[in-house]
Amino acid sequence: MALNMIVCIKQVPDPEVPPTGWKVDSTVKKVIPPPGTPPVISPYCEYALEAALRIKDKQGGKITVLSLGNKLSLSVLRKSLGVGADELILLEDEAFGEADAWSTAIALASAIKKIGEYDLISCGRQASDWDQGQVGLGIAEILNIPSVSIAKNVEALDGKIKVERLLADGYEIVESSLPCLVTVTSESGDLRKLTIEGAREARSRQPLVWKPQDIGLSPSQSGVQGRRTKLIALFQPVKEVRCDIISGESPEEAAANLALKLREVKVI
Amino acid sequence: MAEGKGVLVLGEVVEGKLAPISLELLGGGKKLASDLGEEVSIILIGDEVGKFSSEAIFFGADKVYMVESPLLKDYQIDSYTSAIEKVVQEVSPRILLMGQTFTGRELAPKLAFRLGVGVSTDCTELSIDPDTKELMGTRSVYGGNARAIFQTLGQPQIATVRMKAMSPLEKDEGRKGEVKTIDAGITEDVIRTKVLERGKEEIEGVKLEDADVVVSGGRGMGGPEGFKELQDLAGILKAAVGASRPPCDNSWVPSTWQVGLTGKIISPTLYIAVALSGSSQHMAGCSGSKTIVAINKDPEANIFKEATVGVVGDWKQIIPPFTKKIKELVSG
Repeated sequence: MALNMIVCIKQVPDPEVPPTGWKVDSTVKKVIPPPGTPPVISPYCEYALEAALRIKDKQGGKITVLSLGNKLSLSVLRKSLGVGADELILLEDEAFGEADAWSTAIALASAIKKIGEYDLISCGRQASDWDQGQVGLGIAEILNIPSVSIAKNVEALDGKIKVERLLADGYEIVESSLPCLVTVTSESGDLRKLTIEGAREARSRQPLVWKPQDIGLSPSQSGVQGRRTKLIALFQPVKEVRCDIISGESPEEAAANLALKLREVKVI
Repeated sequence: MAEGKGVLVLGEVVEGKLAPISLELLGGGKKLASDLGEEVSIILIGDEVGKFSSEAIFFGADKVYMVESPLLKDYQIDSYTSAIEKVVQEVSPRILLMGQTFTGRELAPKLAFRLGVGVSTDCTELSIDPDTKELMGTRSVYGGNARAIFQTLGQPQIATVRMKAMSPLEKDEGRKGEVKTIDAGITEDVIRTKVLERGKEEIEGVKLEDADVVVSGGRGMGGPEGFKELQDLAGILKAAVGASRPPCDNSWVPSTWQVGLTGKIISPTLYIAVALSGSSQHMAGCSGSKTIVAINKDPEANIFKEATVGVVGDWKQIIPPFTKKIKELVSG
């Protein structure tokens, strides 16, 4: 059975940029990534897309990718089309700016209602910027459909899905009727590589762009106005650790000196 | 809606006991409650949870709300969400706390959206604003590169709390509390997903969460073989073996070994980090360790900004002589 799938993806500053160089402007409560940090699709959202692509590979279907934001980069988000998604819809407007999990989930769920037909919604377990892990579960609750979180493997069969979900000390296999929403974890696997042909083909395709009024949202429900959390303060943690580097004439000696040091400070 | 009162904590039972996180939440919840001049209570959900109520009281609960049903025997997101929703309706708490566990992570957002309120997940500190009486939740954002304080809107104010971020109270068997049963009226039709199978990863040796010493490997281990050497070292130190995310994502080691924001949060006495860069994502899981030791060939690696002792070098050249020397010292 071919499935209608929707994948929600978020654009974030590349989280793989080394921790040094990140700054915080506490007055305007904004995180400032190191200069030159490129925007990327949040890694967990990429795993969510890959999980949908694998189902499409096996049994066909349609993948619609949804992304919400203000000042989105089309070249970044087009990657989803280049690796095999069928359609890209951007919820892009100034009014969507500074959304929290609540206003993001409301907007995405409203867009999904407008799309109308769907069997499976795939989201990342959390985004790499705010790490809240709320939006996917929120969408499921708003649409009143079942959800399975922290999915490592998603298989669709006979109008149902079977999900391997990770637990602290193992796993569980969960079955759900469709439509259903899953949130996908990193153990599920990396997004396939974007080929040169894929990238070229994606460049010729245009996304649909929807504004709040297109999905029936009033300004008071969107972005900063629709928040149900208030950011009170933003700051950088203070670190005052100095590492004692142990050396030696050879690696063997350095290794032995390290062991001796640990004994000296009585941790072994 | 009338103003809510008190701090309500979701209790979790793991392996026939109240989970450590639940005792931590009672400890942290008690502090918030006393700042408010109110009470802390706990929800226990299952088919037979009465036996845990006295333990909950000994660890600080003023009230225990039990929701029992054969349908609640095993955890299932829909039935548990409905059970908590029912308790919240009856009790009208000011604050609802859950653990940032594999269940709390999904129950808290789901319930918050159902109740129409905000939620702060993965908080490491909680406090009450003395003027407004609002709950302030501090959490790590941007993979640990910044910290944020959030206030949620609506009541109850919901937060999930990171494991080991709060301390349990001393157990006091003289403590008294009230136990109340709430009928949540759970029926089959609320349950929309079915657990077909549950599997447990068998751990040889010490469990990560319980270990005093942990040896962890990262992307630089290059494959599953390297972890055998770390296991040898761990065996001598009676340590558990952990990993950063890449070895788990590449299936070099089981996903249950992962230490970090999306894995286990541990705070051993000694944490030996081998061939791992020390990403914020990873440090979120081990920064509470007393002593962090770094072994990495890149002197610029972030782990050297987190560790107190370290060696710059290739693990392949360092680990064998290090293990040998440790063996001498430990047996001598």
